Amino acid sequence: MTPSADSGAAILLTLQLAAITTLFLLLLATPLAWWLARTSSRWRGVIIALITLPLVLPPTVLGFYILLTLGPDGWIGNLTQSLGLGLLSFSFTGLVIGSVFFSLPFAVYPILYAFEMLGRRPLEVAATLRAKPLDAFFSVALPLAKPGLLTASVLIFAHTVGEFGVVLMIGGDIPGETRVIATQIFGYVEAMEYEAAHRLAALMVAFSFVMLMALTRLRRRAGAALP
Amino acid sequence: MSTTPMVLQLALQRANFHLAINITVPPQGVTVLFGPSGSGKTTALRCIAGLERASGRIAIGDEVWQDDQRQIFVPTWQRELGFVFQEASLFEHLDVRRNLEFGLNRLRIERQAARLALDAAIDLLGIGSLLDRSTVNLSGGEKQRVAIARALVTQPRILLLDEPLASLDLARRKEILPWLERLHRELRIPVIYVTHSLDELARLADHVVMLDQGRVSTSGNLQAICTHPIMAAAAGDEAGVVIESTIQRIDREFHLAEVGCGNGALWVRDGGVPADAPIRVRILARDVSLATSAQGSSTIQNVISGVIESITDEAHASQALVTVRCGEAILLSRVTHRALAALQLHTGSPVWCQVKSAALID
Repeated sequence: MTPSADSGAAILLTLQLAAITTLFLLLLATPLAWWLARTSSRWRGVIIALITLPLVLPPTVLGFYILLTLGPDGWIGNLTQSLGLGLLSFSFTGLVIGSVFFSLPFAVYPILYAFEMLGRRPLEVAATLRAKPLDAFFSVALPLAKPGLLTASVLIFAHTVGEFGVVLMIGGDIPGETRVIATQIFGYVEAMEYEAAHRLAALMVAFSFVMLMALTRLRRRAGAALP
Repeated sequence: MSTTPMVLQLALQRANFHLAINITVPPQGVTVLFGPSGSGKTTALRCIAGLERASGRIAIGDEVWQDDQRQIFVPTWQRELGFVFQEASLFEHLDVRRNLEFGLNRLRIERQAARLALDAAIDLLGIGSLLDRSTVNLSGGEKQRVAIARALVTQPRILLLDEPLASLDLARRKEILPWLERLHRELRIPVIYVTHSLDELARLADHVVMLDQGRVSTSGNLQAICTHPIMAAAAGDEAGVVIESTIQRIDREFHLAEVGCGNGALWVRDGGVPADAPIRVRILARDVSLATSAQGSSTIQNVISGVIESITDEAHASQALVTVRCGEAILLSRVTHRALAALQLHTGSPVWCQVKSAALID
């Protein structure tokens, strides 16, 4: 394959991975952040520490343990094998699982912050206007937390596009299956194809910049002053 | 229209605060929960709404909202009440109209009835011109009017207001007070109004429950409370009475209006209120002096005769608070013990009350 076809496949796969990860993480992080914002459970601190771990651990450590868990001797690996799904390590699904963990803090923190800024008042008002708790969550809390959800989406997407260590550990570098932009660039450099590497790398810089600019704009339109 | 009273028995123990109240709220009119901050009035109101939980019993008519003995606790969203918070708390992601419709959409009533409820609330608070505005650029007073209308749209059995003017500056308060007074006149459901402002109390209260450190210090109708020593002490310099009356005639030449007051009458500034309209006049104890005869030449023109009903000592040993019955009205006068001794005034003495100033407040 020509370098540009390789790049194209890697770009497409990266965008797919980022989109699916963003979707899954929003569904996972929103209820989690809601619980964290309102609970007084003593587990809160433990859960927050666990969510924050991916921020401080080297991606290779995270990737290594996820790889073990998904592998033939890990409990998820056992589960998927007994269900007849085979192993998820070195597969696109495995990449999605790794990315979800890797970007978890980027999803939870902005949403948690938005819910905490909201306070209890809007929900109290909703209750006095006959809204059940779940109704109040969807009709009041979620719309008012929109800037937070927006920030989380952009951060998850951009962070997933930029990940390398986790991808390399879990996914290997299989073209069309687990080879994303970051690993493709690494491959080009290994093969001394500096020009192809440069083109893809510059694209990443431009993309990330545009994403962050778009975030600022969107948030301003959504009426949020703080990042 | 509800005709049965609301029964409230609440007990709550917190680190530095103990709430223990047992009151009956009349089925009509405005009941003011009055007290200094930290007296538990807001907490009591939030307990009625189910936003906080004390132990006890809350029932409005035949509807029980809380009864610990029968293990009943109805969640807020199932209680038919309207609640107005200190800050307007409008939903910022919705415009005025959709704020108003928020509660309406959650009622199980027919479209026609909903329409009527909405129009009535919009009309009562005069917010028809604001419907399509965003909530963000409304003034503080406008926000609070929308919040009150939003609560009324749900056709509650009782309206609860938690210091609705406290977050507004003086100008905004003046802007919204006429609307609250209109609410007071036209609303057919009971209202519980929490405040620490004597001005709001004098304007809006029919009944008063005074709270102090989580307990009821005294309660009763507005007239009885105004002359109560506890209220007089709490009011300090602002102690006085509120006369509910009508305007009898208007003097166009001097821009004054004559208001009936017990067995006499008072001239007050003509504020454009038509004759026969119900009004309230507030007379502070410090503006009433006592005389043993109706002196002829004085700049004080408002003089009403009466009989001293009681004399109570005030916080400072030199001062006394004198209650004077003038027919059906009662006036308070703050004078010195020295003056009482000099004029030989005591309970039962006939006196002339010279009212230096009286303010029309409704």
